[in-house]
This record gives sequence, C-alpha cells and structure tokens, in this order.
Amino acid sequence: MEFFERFAIPHPSPLIYASMVAIGLTMIAIVVGITYFKKWGYLWREWLTTVDHKRIGMMYIISALLMLFRGGADAVMMRLQTAVPDNTFLDAQHYNEVFTTHGVVMIIFMAMAFIIGMMNFVVPLQIGARDVAFPRLNAISFWLYFAGAMLFNISFVIGGSPDAGWTNYFPLAGTEFSETVGVNYYMWALQISGIGTLMTGINFIVTILKMRAPGMTLMKMPMFTWSALITNVIIVFAFPVLTIALLMGTLDRQFGTHFFASTNGGMDMLWANLFWVWGHPEVYILILPAFGIYSEVISTFSQRNLYGYKSMVGSMVLISFMSFLVWVHHFFTMGHGPLVNGIFSITTMAIAVPTGIKIFNWLLTMWKGKIRFTVPMLYSVGFIPLFTIGGVTGVMLAIASADYQYHNTMFLVAHFHNVIIPGVVFAMLAGLTYWWPKMFGFMLNERIGKWGFWFLTVGFCLAFFPMYITGLDGQARRMYTYSEETGFGPLNMLSFFGAGLMAIAFILIVYNVYYSFRYAPRNVGQDPWNARSLEWATPNPVPHYNFSVTPVVNSSEAFWDSKKNGHQLFKDKIDKIHMPNNSGLPIIIAGLFFVFGFSFVFGIWVGVIAAAIGIFGCMAYRTFEKDHGHYIPVEEIQETEMKLEVRNNENR
Amino acid sequence: MKLKLAFIAFAMLLTTILAGCEPLLVLDPKGPQAETTANVIWLSILTMAIIVIVVITLLVIMLYKYRASKQSEDYEPPHIEGNPFVETIIVAVPVIIVLFLSIVSVKSTYEVESIPEGYDNQEPLVIYASSSNWKWHFSYPEQDIETVNYVFLPTNRPVEFRLYSYGPITSFWIPQLAGQKYAMADMVTKINIVAETPGDYGGRNANFSGEGFAENTFTATALTNDEFNKWVEEIHSTADQLTEEQFNKLLKPGHLGQMTFTGTHLEFAPAPEGEHGGHHHGETQEEGQSNHEDHSSHSNHEDHSSH
Ligand code: HEM
Ligand SMILES: [Cu+2]
Repeated sequence: MEFFERFAIPHPSPLIYASMVAIGLTMIAIVVGITYFKKWGYLWREWLTTVDHKRIGMMYIISALLMLFRGGADAVMMRLQTAVPDNTFLDAQHYNEVFTTHGVVMIIFMAMAFIIGMMNFVVPLQIGARDVAFPRLNAISFWLYFAGAMLFNISFVIGGSPDAGWTNYFPLAGTEFSETVGVNYYMWALQISGIGTLMTGINFIVTILKMRAPGMTLMKMPMFTWSALITNVIIVFAFPVLTIALLMGTLDRQFGTHFFASTNGGMDMLWANLFWVWGHPEVYILILPAFGIYSEVISTFSQRNLYGYKSMVGSMVLISFMSFLVWVHHFFTMGHGPLVNGIFSITTMAIAVPTGIKIFNWLLTMWKGKIRFTVPMLYSVGFIPLFTIGGVTGVMLAIASADYQYHNTMFLVAHFHNVIIPGVVFAMLAGLTYWWPKMFGFMLNERIGKWGFWFLTVGFCLAFFPMYITGLDGQARRMYTYSEETGFGPLNMLSFFGAGLMAIAFILIVYNVYYSFRYAPRNVGQDPWNARSLEWATPNPVPHYNFSVTPVVNSSEAFWDSKKNGHQLFKDKIDKIHMPNNSGLPIIIAGLFFVFGFSFVFGIWVGVIAAAIGIFGCMAYRTFEKDHGHYIPVEEIQETEMKLEVRNNENR
Repeated sequence: MKLKLAFIAFAMLLTTILAGCEPLLVLDPKGPQAETTANVIWLSILTMAIIVIVVITLLVIMLYKYRASKQSEDYEPPHIEGNPFVETIIVAVPVIIVLFLSIVSVKSTYEVESIPEGYDNQEPLVIYASSSNWKWHFSYPEQDIETVNYVFLPTNRPVEFRLYSYGPITSFWIPQLAGQKYAMADMVTKINIVAETPGDYGGRNANFSGEGFAENTFTATALTNDEFNKWVEEIHSTADQLTEEQFNKLLKPGHLGQMTFTGTHLEFAPAPEGEHGGHHHGETQEEGQSNHEDHSSHSNHEDHSSH
C-alpha cells in the first residue's frame, strides 16, 4: 500500500480529478480511433519511425501547439484567480503549481519545440539538402523531447507537480521546503528533453556547415538559416550547463548532497548562477530563430531583399557572444555590490544595441518595398512596435538601481512576456502560416487568420501592459492573491479580459486550420507567396527526398534569382538518391528514457536499472547494426516528379 | 492606420488610468534611496519613449508609403544592399543612448547602495531583518528588542538593515523607501534606508518562497526620533523576554501577527556573518568579526549555520 501511496497527488482538487478523467478519456478515444481506422501500421511506418526532417519538424510543431494549449490553460487559470482581490478559485499551493508548470511548459516544451520544429522543417530545404546530417539522431532528439514533455505533464496527476517556479531556486526547491516528487519531475523532464536539445544543436551545426548546396557560401545563406546556425551554437554552449545543474539538483534532492543547500559548504546562490548562465542564453535561443523568420517574412512581403544582410549576421554573432555575459542581471538584488552590478548592467544594455540594429534593418527592408499585408506580414508588423517596447523595458530593467524596484514584480513579468509573445509566439504563428503551404499543400484562410492576429494583439496589450503599472505599484509576481486595499484589482481584471481575448485568438487559429483543411483550394502551386529563398523551389507537397536534383546557388535569394534574373537552379540530370532508412530505435530508446525518468522521480531503482540496461542495449544494438540507407531509383524519382509537375501545373 | 489608432487609444487609456489613481508606490518615494530610483525610472521611461516613438513613426511611414495597394502593378522594388552611412547611424544612436544610461546606472547604483548624502555623518541604526516561512523578524541589537512582522524606524536617521533568512531566499522590499535585496540563509546582505517622512509603509518579501508567500508582509513605520525612543522604552517596560525556545517556535512555518519582545534572537542564534557565515569569504567576514565582538555574549551555542 505504501508503495502506491506516493503516486497519489498531495493536493487533490475537483479540477485535477476532472482533468484526470479528461486525460483518460482522450487517451482511450485516441487508441480506439486509431484501432478503428486501422491506422497503427501507417502511424508506425510513416511517423513514429520516420527520420524525415520534415515530418519530425511537423511532429515538433504539433507537440508545441498541444503544449501551448496546456500552458495556455494554466495562464487563464492564473489570470482568473488574480482577476479579483481575495479570490479563492485556486489556493496558494495550486497557484504555485500552476505558475511553475506554465513557465516550464511554455519555455521548454512549447517555445523550444516550436523553434526546433521550424528549424527542422525549413533549414534543410533552405540550404538545398535532402535531410539533416544525422537523421536518426534527429529522431532521437524529437522523441527525447517528447518523453520529457510527457513526463512533465503527468506530474499533476501522478505524484504532484513542481511548485518552486520555473526558475526552481534552491533551497526552496530542496527537499526541506519542497517535499513532494514535483521538483524531481522538473529535474528529469528537463534533463531528458535537454539532452535531446543538445543533440539537435550538434546535428544542425553540422548540417548547416557541411550540407549546403554548391555555391552557397556562409554569406549566401538565407537569414533564417543563419539564425538557426547561431542558435544552435548557443545551444551547444548553454545546455551542458543546464544538464550539470539539473544533475547536481537531483543529487541534492535524491542522494543527500549539499551543492545548493545552505549548509555544509553548499551554496544556494550557485543554482541561481548556473540556472541563469543557461537561462539567459536560452532567451536568445528562443528569439534568434524568431528574428530569422521575421527576416524572411518581411523581405518576402516587401518584395525586397533584406536590408543590411551583413549587419544582420554580425549582430547575431555579437548577440551570441554577449548572451553569455549578462546572466547576473537576473539577480542584481543578490547583494554583490555596485561594481559587479555596474559591469553586468553595462553588458546587458550593450546587448540592446545589436537588437536595435536588427529593428532598423527590418524597417529599412520595407523602405521602397511593395508591402502586402498577409497574415505572416501582419504578425511581423505587429512585432516591431511591441517588441521594441519589450526591448526598451529590458533596458530599463538593466539599470541595476532601478531593477531593485522592478525585480520580482509584475513589471518584470510584463517585460518578458512583451518580448516572448510578440517576439517568439508571433514569429511562430507567422512562420507557421508562411510555410504552411509547403507543409500541407494548402493555404490557411487569410480572413480568419487576420481576425486571429487582431484578437491576439489587442488581447496581448490588454493582458500585459497593465502589469507594468501594477508592478510599479508594488505588486510582486507569483502572489496567488492580494487584498482589496492594494488597489491592484481593476488592472488585474483588465489583464484577465486581455487573456480571454488571447484565448479566443488561439481558438480562432485552430478553427482556421480546420476551416482551411476543409475548404481551402489545393492548387496553390509551389510558390504561393512569391517568395525568395530556396525552400520554395521544391514542389508541393515536398517529396521526401526534397530536391530531385541538387540546386546550384549564387546568392542568398537563389530562388528569386531563378525567377527574375534567369539563374538556373537545377543543372544536373536526375540521378539515384541516397536516403536514410526509417528506424524504430529512437522511439524505443525515448520510451526507455521515459521509464528511466519516471522511476527515478519516485526512486524505484529496479525500474531505473532496467531502463538503463535497455538504453545501453539499444546503443549497443545500434553500434553493430548494419544500415547503409537506401537508394531511390531514377525511375521512381521521375515518376514522382511527373506526378507533382502535373499537379503543380494544373494549378497555375 | 489601424495600428496608429489602436496606439493612440491605448495611450489615452494609459493616461486616464494613471491620472485616475493614486501615485504608484515606486514612484511615490518617502526617502532618498527610493527617490533616486524613482528619478532614474522616470529618466529611463522618457529616454525609452523617444526610441519607441521613433520606431513607431518610422514603421507607420514605411507601411503608409510603401504598401502595395498604393503602388502601380508593375513597380519592382529595387535591390538595396545597405549603406555604410545609414548603418553607422543605426549603430551610433543606440550606442550613445546606452552609454548615457550606463553612466546613469552605475552612478545611481553606487548611490542607492551607500548611506545617502547628508546622512553619512550619522552612525546608522542597525536592524537585523531575518525571514522565516512566512514572517519577518526584526532584531534591534542596540535597543535590545525584537519585533515580528513590523518594524519601527526613526526618521532622518540612516538605518542599516542586515538581511538573512531561515529558509528559502527571500527579498526584503519596502517600495517607498528603497529597492529590494535578497535575504539568504548562509550570509548577511545589507541595505541602507533613510525614511524622511513619518508614516506607515508597506513592506514585503518579494521573492517567491512557497505556500505562504503572498501574505509574507510587514509594516514599516517611520517615527520621529523622540517617538522612536519612547516606543523603545515602552517595549522594555511591557514586552516579555524572547527565549530560545519561543524563538524556535516562531520559526515554524505559518503566519503570525505582529509581536514584540525584549532581547533579540541574535544572542542565542547569531546571524550568519563572520564566523557564523556559511562561507568564509571577503568583506562579510571582516565586518562580521568586529561586529561579533560588539555583542559577544553568545558563547555556548552550536554551529548555527546549520539551519
Ligand atoms: C533588449 C534586450 C533585453 C534586455 C536589455 C533584457 C533585460 C532583462 C533583465 C535585466 C532581466 C532581469 C530583470 C529582473 O529579474 O529583475 C530580464 C528578464 C527576463 N527577460 Fe529580458 N531583456 C532583453 C530581451 C529579452 C528577450 C529577447 C527575451 C526572450 C525572448 C527576454 C526574456 C526574459 C525573461 C524570460 C526574463 C526573466 C524571467 C524570470 O525571471 O522568470 N528578454 N531581461
Ligand atoms: Cu537575461
């Protein structure tokens, strides 16, 4: 009996029971559905074992959208709870769990998955490659991320969610103050998906450095690819810090070490330092690919080449260095004297300079352009002023003396949502809408898309701008409630209203997918936006080998050149194509990691050992496996191309 | 166009909200520290507003002038690589702004970290503020009294709060008097405050510390010097002595109302500074040592860094 007791949730509530039932029913429905339609084989062959970067990208994006809804539900609950003073919708403990999971889910399992999904789908196409450098590693990365995400998400029905904030500061996150298994889940969910991310980093660096089409020198790469390269370099330097910090945290919690304890030579400040040495570069990991997407979108819909290509690249390289030199700004208030604070204050503000350069370059890209207000462009246009506001409030926070007043308040919350939502989320929606026809062969409805944009933008402003004010009025973040005398009530109500509008926006976006899937014409051709970079030179939908003939490139806008300047992209004749084989190993190994993590969370050592043996077994199997991929014969390629051509021509 | 309208509407909304309410706490300072930060905040808001306005204006111009619906069907936008002159400007202007704000930042940070100008000839009143889940304990070694969840300060006298925590990291914050500083279990941090106007000021722990965090508040009351001394005397004649046993009870997680004692817990549970610190390094050690000699009545305690 005791064995089972620890799986019970420590603070049950009707809401949690309801979600348990909902989760159970959904799972049953999915399993029954797949069985009924006899789709298990298809699912296994085409998706679960795939090593195709496009499909992996789509799976990342679908997972990210699911996580967006999970994190969004958390957000609405928080805003509801704080909408009026002394509310009792959630109690303190639940509120703490909800904001903790909200932060982790949104950053690690939503935003990260979204950007990695985008990179997966787009980068190989943009550089004229047929897949990433290590396709099977790529599948492992995805499935590890997925295992981590699932592990994190079951925490609230089995054993209890983490409740120490996404920043998980020790000693609060230590066993003394956080007794449930919640923080163990945090440690292992982030660890497992983090390892996946690190592999992605290596994989994409190699892909971008080694697999570009002939003629594509580094300075002829499309801007999104550049942003992906820099992002992955940051990943490779930053994520090992997280890995080690999490490991030390696990040792503290489960093996009685004292790395982050305040006794026996441990140091609670060490966690904060390690966390932000990873954490600050992490925010640039999120924003750089977004910058890449905006560069593509703004240039396409201004019908102009990107202004200041070199300074765009230069500023990103600069940002990648500097992002490692600013972490102390997250705890100016820790008491390390004006000298240290002064130095980090200056480095932090300095990082705003390359960021500013990019803003002006986008504005100058529109200059003398021919601007079309499509949905992706609307998001980009909305991004510029809103992100500028977020950026300048960042500079305000960087003034150490003033930060003593902003720190830990709603002002800070307003800042980072102001950069992450118009920065990252808008970019993902812009990118998704932009590349949607490449992914699925039809366009998303523009009218519904524009409604979604306006709801999201207005909702965002109403939800987050009031927080700047309540922050300056002394409202600390992470308070589950406040009294009426504080006067925070009306602005928090406004915030809740804004959150409601944002929720409607996301529902509209999902409805748009459904609507367009049913009604949108399928004959959009390979280049529906009149775009400029290489991915649009592929037929729709993209065959799994991407390019039947390797393209030859002479500028960062090779496709545009081929349309306007008579550049010949495809010179060679069709030859047989070497492609990697699908493999079930990635999903199996990730499943074992899930078992490993789950067992570790609860200290079920039998499970840990068994899963570890399984994982090493898989690796050993792989070492001795002979798998040299396969060739697609010329006839098959010609047949596919013919079909696609007929389809694409019909459409013109 | 829509964007511009939306922005104007928003700006109006903002001003009405701001105008209709009482001044925001952080911008309504009652002491030199908070005043410095309030001034820096206003200065930075103005500087940043210029940037935002420039960017939005440029954006609106671009969107208005270069939208497709305004151009002829066959207009082909030119290919423009970039221009060294323009690019110098877009680098130089942000650099100048950042330089300016860097100076402001460094200067004001030194300012708020030290005893405010005009008060540096006075000996600061030392008050130890320690947090435990979810309370604040204020110990006055000089006056030999201790309070829970409220603190009385004399006006126009520098007060040095020495902060530490029995438990999670907390952040000591009285918005109208000064910005925050963390309180941690293994070291003592300091914050200098001067209250210039008598009154009650809300204070709280601003750093999330678990279930009772929201209610982890206290009141700081600034009194004239005479009133303050009267208050101290009154306590000595009315309040009970704080015993170790009782203090340990107070440390248990939960909320307590306001309480008053004579004696301080520092006698049997010294602050983690000097030889009691979790880490023996630098500044804290030396200062702690001298401080330790000041009230070296504690001889028979075990190592108290193990809380
Ligand atoms: C213009 C450049 C930026 C500057 C100068 C800046 C500055 C800062 C500073 C000083 C803080 C710490 C404030 C405090 O804790 O008191 C902070 C927090 C934060 N910023 Fe920024 N920031 C910038 C851009 C960004 C971007 C682009 C992102 C993300 C895409 C971002 C995400 C965050 C997050 C997530 C936090 C803190 C989260 C937390 O404590 O939970 N920032 N920023
Ligand atoms: Cu940061």
